[in-house]
Amino acid sequence: MEKRRKVREFKPGSVFYACLVYLFLYLPIFVVIAFSFNTSEMNITFEGFTVEWYGRMFENRQLMQSFVNTIIVAVASTALSVIIGTLCALGLYKFEFKLKSMISSSLYIPIVIPELVFAIALLIFFSSIHVSMSMVTLVIAHVTFSMPFVVITVRARLAGFDKSIEEAARDLGANELRTFFRVTLPMISPGVISGGMLALTMSLDDVVVSFFTAGPESQTLPLKILGMVRKGVSPDVNALSTLMILGTIVILLTATLIQGKLEKKM
Amino acid sequence: MSKTQEKDVIVRIADVDKSFDGERVVKKLNLDVERGEFLTMLGPSGCGKTTTLRMIAGFEVPTSGQIFLEGEDVDDKKPNERNVNTVFQNYALFPHMNVFDNIAFGLVEKKVKKDEIRRRVEEMIRLVQLDGMEKRMPSQMSGGQKQRVAIARALVNRPKVLLLDEPLGALDLKLRKQMQGELKALQRQLGITFIYVTHDQEEALTMSDRIAVMNRGRLEQVGTPEEVYNYPETKFVADFIGESNIIEGYVEHMTEDSIEVTMESGKAVIPETGYRMEEMVYLCIRPENLKISTEQKEGFRFRGQVREHIFIGSTNKTMIEMPNGQMLKSVTPAEDELVPVGTTVNVYWNPGKAVVMRTKEEQIYNVIEQSVEIEGMRNDQIF
Ligand SMILES: Nc1ncnc2c1ncn2[C@@H]1O[C@H](COP(=O)(O)OP(=O)(O)OP(=O)(O)O)[C@@H](O)[C@H]1O
Ligand SMILES: [Mg+2]
Repeated sequence: MEKRRKVREFKPGSVFYACLVYLFLYLPIFVVIAFSFNTSEMNITFEGFTVEWYGRMFENRQLMQSFVNTIIVAVASTALSVIIGTLCALGLYKFEFKLKSMISSSLYIPIVIPELVFAIALLIFFSSIHVSMSMVTLVIAHVTFSMPFVVITVRARLAGFDKSIEEAARDLGANELRTFFRVTLPMISPGVISGGMLALTMSLDDVVVSFFTAGPESQTLPLKILGMVRKGVSPDVNALSTLMILGTIVILLTATLIQGKLEKKM
Repeated sequence: MSKTQEKDVIVRIADVDKSFDGERVVKKLNLDVERGEFLTMLGPSGCGKTTTLRMIAGFEVPTSGQIFLEGEDVDDKKPNERNVNTVFQNYALFPHMNVFDNIAFGLVEKKVKKDEIRRRVEEMIRLVQLDGMEKRMPSQMSGGQKQRVAIARALVNRPKVLLLDEPLGALDLKLRKQMQGELKALQRQLGITFIYVTHDQEEALTMSDRIAVMNRGRLEQVGTPEEVYNYPETKFVADFIGESNIIEGYVEHMTEDSIEVTMESGKAVIPETGYRMEEMVYLCIRPENLKISTEQKEGFRFRGQVREHIFIGSTNKTMIEMPNGQMLKSVTPAEDELVPVGTTVNVYWNPGKAVVMRTKEEQIYNVIEQSVEIEGMRNDQIF
């Protein structure tokens, strides 16, 4: 009854292919990181090593302001998307009502329609109700496109959910609220976290929707960089981008770790 | 009222009806459960056992009727406000908590002090023999172990009543037998009232103080295992619990202390009274009470042909075909001599071993049921 584990050997060809794929994916990122240490102001040739730009970027007031805006919008819209999206998924799971299937599929419309159309629609909507563009409109706009992702991930988690587990909590003396916080939320938390991560990354690098819904005082980093393209991107942007890449990697790793722990426990 | 006190009723189900989307799944249910007893609700799949249990626990609201816990109407009490606990069929353990936290859940909700929680949970873990598994997650346990956690999690709250919905359904036969014994012992030791749901009649007969047999949303009979087995009140009970020969007939003659029942395949004299002439009856005879002989027996003119012998370990089962085609079963000890297949034999039983059931009553029963249903429909239309 000997069971032989099949360990496939790597063929040189496939190793080469895999390297190419990774190179294609990550080379641009490495270029940005490399040029953030470049002495030349031009992002064309590498002339010498310096960390000067990491100091300079803090002096660039506009750049810093747009960075702070980006973070505020990302955090606020993620928090709102997670709360609204989770409640929405729970409502769709728990209650039966008329037009339920229509309502649940209409949630996916912001995901499917072209972003540009969606952005213009938001612009027209805000101006028709005479709301001027600001951080608030920006956050609302980001919530509308990232919330459906939270609904999707939480609903996926709820799909395999045994209702009697919640009943067991009620049976053991927990009221609705306690049941939610002690049982329901911990059980759906992996879905909530991955939905939140999606929302966060989508908000951080959004250009199209932000372009139409941001006011003059609420420029985000992607918009700022876009504006620089004509004049040439300055190396302090490279430095900031490098820091943001680092930050993203750290957040991603932590989220994956937490999620892995939560799922392994169950 | 005085009756209530002397019987010490802990759960009273009074005239409870439950409909889902207009379909009645529990019909005019009346049942008193006494403090400290092991009551089993037995019935085929879909007869409304789970629904009844869920109404006691508070997960379903009766369409009409009342449920009393210790004399108090619990109509407006939520599940978390009722002093009953449930062991769910699929365990329903909290997957994100270890064994200790699962068992401690109810005590934490009751805001019991930390060290008392620890003491009571550990005591419970010993009682259900899960020592050393406090830190295990449910996903790391076998079905039998999960079942013990589910039982411990409910019992640690010292509920007045424990509701168990087919708690052993998912276990293999051997483990099920072992857990049956353990559950019964636990119940005796703790003196907690158990309401136990199963569709396994053997489980019901071996564990219960009383059995409530349900069929199609209705209670057929409530009694001790001996009563429901030896004296089934309805054809359904006779059929559902154990094996039975059920023979239809009518009363043809009566004397002072007996009736003569004429069946399609013969006649038999039964020492029973209180029947009317021409009344339709069912005779119910357990296979171990049905005997065959080549000699004519007094009081019987009931003959059939031996068709088959089936050897079942310590007993033999003989199939006898009657003239109308009905197959009767007779079970005898394996060491008894067998009558050869094909022999025409006299079928008989010891007087008093046949249970006579009225069919008329069942007919009335059905008529009432129909009229109540029509009335229910009318009410639905009015409101
Ligand atoms: N929530 C519900 N909605 C609609 N119908 C239901 C609901 N719950 C139960 N029923 C119906 O009520 C009837 C009785 O169900 P119940 O679960 O009480 O049966 P049971 O006796 O426990 O059966 P089993 O032995 O298979 O568990 C079934 O016909 C079932 O389809
Ligand atoms: Mg059931």
